[in-house]
Amino acid sequence: MALNAKIPVGPLKDKWQNYLAKTRIVNPANRKKLDVIVVGGGLSGGGAAASLAELGYNVKVFFFQDSARRSHSVAAQGGVNAAKNYKNDGDNVYRMFYDTIKGGDFRSREANVYRMAEVSANLIDQMVAQGVPFGREYGGYLSNRSFGGVLVSRTFYARGQTGQQLLLATYQAMMKQIKVGKLTQYNRHEILDLVVVDGKARGIIARNLDTGEIKRHAAHAVVFGTGGFGKIFYLSTLAMNSNGSANWRAHKKGAYFANPSWTQIHPTALPQSGEHQSKLTLMSESLRNDGRIWVPKNKDDDRAPGNIPDEDRDYYLERRYPAFGNLVPRDVASRAAKERMDAGHGVGPLKNAVYLDFKTAIERLGEDTIKERYGNLFTMYEKITAINAYKEPMKISPAAHFSMGGLWVDYELQTTIPGLFAVGEANFADHGANRLGANSLLQASVDGNFILPNTISNYLADEIRTGTISTETKEFEEAEKTVKNQVAKLLAIKGTMPVDQIHRRLGKIMFKEVAMSRNEKGMIWAIEEIKKLRKEFWENAAIPGNENGPNSELEKAGRLADYLEIAELMTVDALDRKESCGAHFREDYQTEEGEAMRDDKNYMYSAAWEWQNGESWKLHKESLEFTEVTPTVRSYK
Amino acid sequence: MKLTLKIWRQENAQTNGKLVTYKLSDLSSDTSFLEMLDVLNEQLAAKGEPAVEFDHDCREGICGQCSLVINGKAHGPEEHYTTCQTHLRSFNDGDTITIEPFRANSFPVIRDLKVDRGAMDRIIQSGGYISSFTGMAPEANSIPIHHDIAESAFDSAACIGCGACIATCKNSSAALFVSAKIGHLAKLPQGQVERNERALWMINAHDEEGFGNCSNTGACAMVCPQEVQLLDITRMNFEYNRAKCLSK
Repeated sequence: MALNAKIPVGPLKDKWQNYLAKTRIVNPANRKKLDVIVVGGGLSGGGAAASLAELGYNVKVFFFQDSARRSHSVAAQGGVNAAKNYKNDGDNVYRMFYDTIKGGDFRSREANVYRMAEVSANLIDQMVAQGVPFGREYGGYLSNRSFGGVLVSRTFYARGQTGQQLLLATYQAMMKQIKVGKLTQYNRHEILDLVVVDGKARGIIARNLDTGEIKRHAAHAVVFGTGGFGKIFYLSTLAMNSNGSANWRAHKKGAYFANPSWTQIHPTALPQSGEHQSKLTLMSESLRNDGRIWVPKNKDDDRAPGNIPDEDRDYYLERRYPAFGNLVPRDVASRAAKERMDAGHGVGPLKNAVYLDFKTAIERLGEDTIKERYGNLFTMYEKITAINAYKEPMKISPAAHFSMGGLWVDYELQTTIPGLFAVGEANFADHGANRLGANSLLQASVDGNFILPNTISNYLADEIRTGTISTETKEFEEAEKTVKNQVAKLLAIKGTMPVDQIHRRLGKIMFKEVAMSRNEKGMIWAIEEIKKLRKEFWENAAIPGNENGPNSELEKAGRLADYLEIAELMTVDALDRKESCGAHFREDYQTEEGEAMRDDKNYMYSAAWEWQNGESWKLHKESLEFTEVTPTVRSYK
Repeated sequence: MKLTLKIWRQENAQTNGKLVTYKLSDLSSDTSFLEMLDVLNEQLAAKGEPAVEFDHDCREGICGQCSLVINGKAHGPEEHYTTCQTHLRSFNDGDTITIEPFRANSFPVIRDLKVDRGAMDRIIQSGGYISSFTGMAPEANSIPIHHDIAESAFDSAACIGCGACIATCKNSSAALFVSAKIGHLAKLPQGQVERNERALWMINAHDEEGFGNCSNTGACAMVCPQEVQLLDITRMNFEYNRAKCLSK
């Protein structure tokens, strides 16, 4: 199938308005005849669920957490971007669009990015109206901070818990719709398959994680707000239960997967301290506003950080990138940290960290100001490490974080399966090869609240005569059977290797060869290792218990079975792209100064992969056309 | 470190549970409490025994899903920590540690250490929101809010809905949880229109869900990971009385 991004005609700045002017909408009286399933209760899925319910559709929302308020959007800390220009510092929609396109290393779709910037201001209005307690100036107006990769202050924040506060507003909007009967929630439910009938997404098979019951659910359209799959690295900043399974099962039913290898490695997470570690806690990038990153100049310097004088410190970001300094984008910051650590300048017992130092800022602004800006982050840091970061620098390290890749979607956020839409991190379109800080909350929220509700109507307008979708069809029956067979197959392995141990090994392969720095030889090796591990999993995974009730090991095993396939596609994608761009850094394609070397002539496209019965993948290219910007070498010097 | 764990095992809400003893050795003091349970579950899996079921997700103290009572204290020995932020350095080598679920009549056990906290969702459904639908909002800066008011609203809004306050309260009262939401929205100008109904509806929902009354001992605020203040309960009582006076 040829890709059609369905980008509206007209100048970039008019595309969304042109689209809205002409798209079909559904008569309010007909909306109550239409059912929509949303998978995921975070900012994108929850926003879509609440907004669609407000419009009058019948919405069912599924998520695996016990409450939608716990969706992983909750963990985003630093803020959300919007082109409000409240600071009078020259910000506008175009500049925000340009920063995002450039930050993504000219590998995102121009029209989508412009639209995200265009509707960003609406989101702040909406969240304020819903009661988000954003940081304020003393005059009572909204405050902003700056973030990596930009020269203006356009980030709105609620201390270091912005994601939590936006999510609570969205969650509360959902709870209101539950009260009025337009929304039904299925908490502690996990989607195990997408059901496609006559080429259209018509429902899902979901497992109740409390009872083990596997049931069919039908709808006129399905929306995935299922997030990213960075947990494939085992050690990541993601929640333990975040997973790629919904997207992967949809991929196997015909949804193309785009740019799967583009994973953001976040520069400011806590370093690994031991073998049993399950998680790398993120310290918000906003800390780089006031913190300075450095390593000792002398690699054998074992003095306590406070005893190392300035002349013996290497503020390597300020040295290499004087224009942006500590605020270079994440991919650049992570790679620079890796370069210093590989050269032996890492700090901490495992030499796997760099310092993030607030001494200068505390001297300049006082401890109270720093506490107000980042207090909860400092507290969290102390709880985990037992170190007081007001007194000595934090130790930070790069960690797997955000999936820029995801399900391929067109301008309407529809996947290659008609009737299946993907919003937020689950899709691929807006961040290119590298996401800018504070654009994640933005994309998730605007996709769910402002974009999808206006595009899904164009699809649902054809469904008003369809009538209720039955679950008593052969497609539902087959999907249910496949799912039940897989559960039985997992439980029949009865091996001796715990699932988490296999996952850790997968994570090590992926972090070594398909993360910050990639080369052909390493990735060819990785593919073989992934295949071996997959075989070992199906022969020797230890999955105790049964399917009739809660079984967390069974849940993890199902997700890992998918990760073991996703890992291969990620590697295939990274191997195929013989250039460096954003987070995709190929050692064999770099400049003499060690910066990424793009190849616009041959790789100015998004790679959308089609599943081919498990044998291989077919590559479809969506070529990227830039009408308003000229792709340049991305420089932060 | 070596530890002896006495863990609550219970098949479901209809059956009786009991404490089962497990021994672990070779643990690092830098290991988190939940990672210790991961270690135990890996050992059980290798032997083909069902895992100890417990709730957890973000493991950085913000999602509110983890919910253990450790040695009789919700979330464990450190004040204002979540279970996931608790590390073994808070215990001594050779300790015996008792691990139980968050207990309250309104939190039925699902299995082992997992409980159903749906009652908290239902309290929010009763009125814990501002009814501003997508698309209705005015320009954000058209509503100036005093810096200190916004900060104070945040202090209440910070609640992660974990339920430790309820598990700790001798009356199984959800007063701190409810007051945090009432406080958050009552402090802000945007929350004024529905202020009275919200207080009445949420407090009624609290009682209907079977949570107990507050007797102001303050144990809830001692364990709250976000340090929601006991003062919010006073504010809630004020809001309730105010709403009663103003209602028709």
